[in-house]
Amino acid sequence: MKFGVVIFPGSNCDYDTFFVLRDVLGQDTEFLWHKEHDLRGVDCIVLPGGFSYGDYLRSGAIARFSPLMQEVQSFAQKGGIVLGICNGFQVLLELGLLPGAMLRNKNLKFLCQYVHIRVENNQTPFSHQAKRGDVLKIPIAHFDGNYFAEEGTIAEIKTNDQIVFRYVEADGRVSEDANVNGSMESIAGLMNKEGNVLGMMPHPERASEAILGSEDGRVIFESIIAHARQS
Amino acid sequence: MIDKKILDEHTLTFKEYELIVKLIGKEPNITELGIFSLMWSEHCSYKSSKIHLKKLPISGKNVIQGPGENAGIIDIGEGQAAVFKIESHNHPSFIEPYQGAATGVGGILRDIFTMGARPVAVLDSLRFGPLDKPQNKAIMDGVVSGIAGYGNSIGVPTVGGEVYFSDCYSFNPLVNVFCIGLVEKDKIFYAKAEGIGNPVLYVGSKTGRDGIHGATMASAEFGDDLEQKRPNVQVGDPFKEKLLLEACLEVMQQDFIVGIQDMGAAGLTCSTTEMASNSGAGIEIDLDLVPQREEGMTPYEIMLSESQERMLIVARKDRVEEVRQIFAKWDLDAVIIGQVTDSNRLIVRAGGDIVVDIPVDPVVNLCPVYERPSARPTYSRTRAQIDPVPLTENYNLTLERLLASPTIADKEWVFRQYDHMVQVNTTLLPGADAAVLRIKNKKKALAVALDGNPLYTFLDPLIGGKIAVAEACRNLACVGARPVGVTNCLNFGNPEKPEIMWQFQKVIEGISEACRVFDIPVTGGNVSFYNDTEGESVYPTPVLGVVGLLPDIDKTVSTGFKKNGDALILLGETREELGASEYLKHLHKLEKGSPPQIDLEVEKRVHDLCIEAIADGLLQSAHDVSEGGLAVCLAECTFLSQTKIGFRVNLDDSIRIDALLFGESQSRICVTVDDKDRERFLLLAKERQVPATVIGTTEGDRIIIDHRGEEVINIPVAKALRAWKTAIPSQFASK
Repeated sequence: MKFGVVIFPGSNCDYDTFFVLRDVLGQDTEFLWHKEHDLRGVDCIVLPGGFSYGDYLRSGAIARFSPLMQEVQSFAQKGGIVLGICNGFQVLLELGLLPGAMLRNKNLKFLCQYVHIRVENNQTPFSHQAKRGDVLKIPIAHFDGNYFAEEGTIAEIKTNDQIVFRYVEADGRVSEDANVNGSMESIAGLMNKEGNVLGMMPHPERASEAILGSEDGRVIFESIIAHARQS
Repeated sequence: MIDKKILDEHTLTFKEYELIVKLIGKEPNITELGIFSLMWSEHCSYKSSKIHLKKLPISGKNVIQGPGENAGIIDIGEGQAAVFKIESHNHPSFIEPYQGAATGVGGILRDIFTMGARPVAVLDSLRFGPLDKPQNKAIMDGVVSGIAGYGNSIGVPTVGGEVYFSDCYSFNPLVNVFCIGLVEKDKIFYAKAEGIGNPVLYVGSKTGRDGIHGATMASAEFGDDLEQKRPNVQVGDPFKEKLLLEACLEVMQQDFIVGIQDMGAAGLTCSTTEMASNSGAGIEIDLDLVPQREEGMTPYEIMLSESQERMLIVARKDRVEEVRQIFAKWDLDAVIIGQVTDSNRLIVRAGGDIVVDIPVDPVVNLCPVYERPSARPTYSRTRAQIDPVPLTENYNLTLERLLASPTIADKEWVFRQYDHMVQVNTTLLPGADAAVLRIKNKKKALAVALDGNPLYTFLDPLIGGKIAVAEACRNLACVGARPVGVTNCLNFGNPEKPEIMWQFQKVIEGISEACRVFDIPVTGGNVSFYNDTEGESVYPTPVLGVVGLLPDIDKTVSTGFKKNGDALILLGETREELGASEYLKHLHKLEKGSPPQIDLEVEKRVHDLCIEAIADGLLQSAHDVSEGGLAVCLAECTFLSQTKIGFRVNLDDSIRIDALLFGESQSRICVTVDDKDRERFLLLAKERQVPATVIGTTEGDRIIIDHRGEEVINIPVAKALRAWKTAIPSQFASK
């Protein structure tokens, strides 16, 4: 299978994600430049973290107008696998591929730290190699990670089992303290109704090598790889 | 004759003016005067410090580039080199804390990538006045936000540094920013202007009126005209700089350009003259071609502007199109504004007229060098005297108070705002003794430590200079890294005062001696003078950034205790030294005494032992003893352990108990070893002639220190941890 990592002006985690996919996990990986229309036959598109377009206007607001995003939209509509990490999640929200919006963190400061997230739904291409209830230690690094959606949308998200990861304490409990950015429903990772697009604020590429402190993020990439093999 | 008022505004003396006239063979016009004003300012010319800086050791077999270029470069093997430097942005950070700090980061990043290196980490050394004054809180908040805002946006992790508080910084905060990057040895670029007729390209952001006379502002004391200085502070755009960084690095993968220089302090003025001077060439530019974002800018304003995120490139004439295309890909302006000549002059046109026509050499190389008078101040004798202080009654309380003092307290409030993980290289998180950065696909790793104790330096600048180097190297030893190069940021008061020059000279002497003993070359750095407000100077503050190499990333240790039952061993000796300690400052309100003595040979032996033991896999943890002394050091090991393991130690020394617990004797490291490795380690220490004393064990949930069997400290870990953790956040908690 082939991964494609999108580069917008201002993307910062593109090289990191590329490195983990290609060098750590041994996968065929390409960069996709935002001005192009060619998806290069990839099986999974990753929108990496960073500050695309400087986060001017709103995080992800300008990125979603890039030529490549038209292709990403069709790709997703046809059922292609799309993973948005941090700024990538924000782009997916702006594109409308995922419902809701991101607000400033509840403490109004940028937060870079490890958090724990619990697997809420493992019947997805992104989490099927984990078990429901598994707690993963993965870092976050963002200013605007406070997930918000209207009441009706939240109800729909829950009915359709779209919440894939929630912020929790190390022992797996949901709590206000563990929800460091204040997200509604402690949502850390959200899927679309169709189950082929995932947005998550924590950075799994930063938790894929033991030497950096945690390997808990690998299971997300490994799930995508296994899913592609099965299809 | 020139008006004295104009000269004053340009911080030039009459003598300097006369010299300029003589060197260029005419009276300079206002733009030419502005150029000299910037380039001959203390910040750009180093006129008060050059003579003394010459004494620093700069050679070494791995030095690819020493002082004099945008950054220093050290060969680290396997075809790679480390490019690094430290810079100050003190004065702007007082005027406008967010932008002052942000543009400090922007500037040092450019110094690194202008040489072809991708920046991999930033560290910062911050000094503020006490937090009980709202003004200092506001400055700290702005500075930290500014560093975070810029560094996070551009995707370079801020992985460590230090934050230090003292009264003397209330009106003169210090913001020193260090950056390190990696480059392939054969892809290094310099600030050269070679090849007659080669085009000079301006790339990056448009020029505006911001930052005009930023360099001269940094070369003078603050008076009561502070508010008017706001336009002197540059405004940063990290997104633009990210595009600039990617575009430049892409261009540098090929053979398209001859030379490149970033436009930092003194903008177009500095880059044109320096590039020309470096190559013995001349440069001609036309200001009508310079991209501008304001209307009606005069030649003076354009030449002196310090608008950020701009570079000057001398391209190969036959590859200009390819260069332009790469910049266009990244949506950046890349405009030919002139060419290289052989005139050795800077010729600037605007509106069809020649507005600047001066020889380059006088601007860059012929600023007078001053050997300013220096004299040992009386305080240096009187402050060294100290009457014995009474022993405090309650050591538990004393330890808690020290742990809660802002210089010692937990800095998580600060570094949580920095993205310290981007680029996925950060192996040791902030809070450790040194930052450790793995190098992808390689076994070896980089380590960096920033250190410098201003109180030691104030009370004895020679010792302060030595200890600054020693402490940084000690921090590197604690992670198993050997020092390979050093950059220094020297922050001092007004050099026109003899006592300040005395401090400066002595510090340089101390740094030089220590660098020779540790065998590390100084590859460059920065001098910031005039850190005074209305005559009050900061403490002399040398900040040393030492870069180290770890041979094997899998063989490093972190600060915290790992498990119960490990043997706690103290390397080095504790002497009865309370002078210049945090304990004396906070418990007895005294900033007096002599700093602890330092024996550089002993210090080196302790480092070598630590490095060897880590390479042999003998150590579970290592942490150096510094501010707050032994008790604070041990408590920090508890706080930084995953499960907050406590300890019990017994100390036998027959010195004053407060000196034993809180004195800051140098050359000490606390290590833990697995019980099974204890004898082997002690034997190794003996062979290496390093005093090593088993003082106790890691265990339980309390901090317990006995003196000859009598309990002197016994606190629950949770209580001490709370004091340490909440000190700084509680200052910023909303009402």
